[in-house]
Amino acid sequence: MTAASRVNPLTGLILPVGLVAIWQIAAGTGAIDPTIWASPAAVLQQTRAALADGSLLADLAASLERDLAGLCLGIPVGLAAGTLLALSNLADRLFNPSLTAIRQVALFSWVPLISLWLGSDDTAKIAFVSYAVFFPVMLNTYQAVHGADQKLVEVGRMLCLSRIQMLRRIILPAALPGIATGVHLALIYGWLATIGAEYLFSAGPGIGSALMTGRAQFRMDMVIVGMAAIAVVGMTLNVAAGYGERRLLRSRGGAGA
Amino acid sequence: MGAIKSAPAAVLNEPVGSIRGGTSLVLSHIGKSFAAGAGVFLAVEDVSLTVSPGEFVAIVGASGCGKSTILRMIAGLETPDRGDIRAGGTPVAGTGLDRGLVFQEPRLMPWLTVEQNIALALQNVPWTAAQRSAVIEEHIELVGLNGFAQAFPRQLSGGMAQRVAIARGLVARPEILLLDEPFGALDALTKVRLQTELQRIWQAEAITMLLVTHDVEEAVFLADRVVVMSPRPGRITAIESVDLPRPRDRAAADFVTLKSSILAALGET
Repeated sequence: MTAASRVNPLTGLILPVGLVAIWQIAAGTGAIDPTIWASPAAVLQQTRAALADGSLLADLAASLERDLAGLCLGIPVGLAAGTLLALSNLADRLFNPSLTAIRQVALFSWVPLISLWLGSDDTAKIAFVSYAVFFPVMLNTYQAVHGADQKLVEVGRMLCLSRIQMLRRIILPAALPGIATGVHLALIYGWLATIGAEYLFSAGPGIGSALMTGRAQFRMDMVIVGMAAIAVVGMTLNVAAGYGERRLLRSRGGAGA
Repeated sequence: MGAIKSAPAAVLNEPVGSIRGGTSLVLSHIGKSFAAGAGVFLAVEDVSLTVSPGEFVAIVGASGCGKSTILRMIAGLETPDRGDIRAGGTPVAGTGLDRGLVFQEPRLMPWLTVEQNIALALQNVPWTAAQRSAVIEEHIELVGLNGFAQAFPRQLSGGMAQRVAIARGLVARPEILLLDEPFGALDALTKVRLQTELQRIWQAEAITMLLVTHDVEEAVFLADRVVVMSPRPGRITAIESVDLPRPRDRAAADFVTLKSSILAALGET
């Protein structure tokens, strides 16, 4: 047992609860400007209102739908590209240098070009999200397939497996833990990119747009509610992905290769 | 021993029953070099060897004498630079289901059960599903792993995992089974037990077996002939026949004498 694990787990709550208390007191005494710092009570009230009129859930649903569409596009393409590059020397030499170069371009600097090409409605946002998830999936798949245990591949050669059988029966299962890591990252990146896309492209339903509206209207309560909702979704995705990953590894008889 | 084999033969009829007995293996003037830094390392030089159908031959030698390289060339995982290899009269070109290989490590797929690991060897064997499952069951029994069909590799001991590897090497009914120091990583007790098991399997299956090992006692216990190799460059220096009745007694005077003379032959190199 380490010293940290003997400490009461509620210790971690002292700081946030204390800060919220100070924040509420400061707002109550008028020490801070409510247009810049909405009081915790106001945030709570806004949460209730946004839940009651359905706007919060509608925004979240719109964002998640966009996120999902981007994931459905980006993950399979990333998987296919990573596998192809790892298995084919020709494809690796042909595409990898360009992909490495493109990857150096910061994600959000693509926004102007994408809006020029695809406009700024859902098509552009989904394209942005799928681009954001493509690289983590592609890179992790590439490394996992490349790193598939050659000793097991040799067994496949002894058993006279065809290329397809080798891929399906040995290489992909051996690479699965690494691929799962890529998909896990894709869920995190995808959600970040969804919020970013909604914030940077034109307005429409979505939690990122709600943040922007809140800022434009000086509604700090709205902004903070939106931030909290984004954090809750992000955390949920992360926990779910971690759980899924552990389940996957356990169901296949051990901790990976 | 014979009883173990009898039931499935009836179920399986033609495709399985007919391929018994093993085939011959002929190496003529095999040579193999590897690039080593700036120079070239001569791993195997001018090795010729004929193994009869159903014979058990062991190759012993110090590390680096090229014995594993020879086995890998017979398996089809490596290509000789010079000479040729014929298995059952056919030149070896790449791997084939007529040859099975058991590696030093079990090399099981950790995500597959014992049964599925063995079934992997039947991917390209043209048998019906019923035939496959009968043969798999038979081989699980053959290596003494009844009740472990659904176990995953991490639930097995080293010895049990190697038994699965042996079953996988045998299940497609190869004519030649190649064994690359299969018991090298096991503890002494498990090793002796598996050597006895392997002998029983060899007698039951009646196929050709070629064992590479650095354990002279193991070679003398199992083989009809022991091939002694020396390193730099890897070549055959002696071939000893083991004319002792099976099962062999490791403490018998003949056994010990033969073991000593092979050790001496190894030491001279």
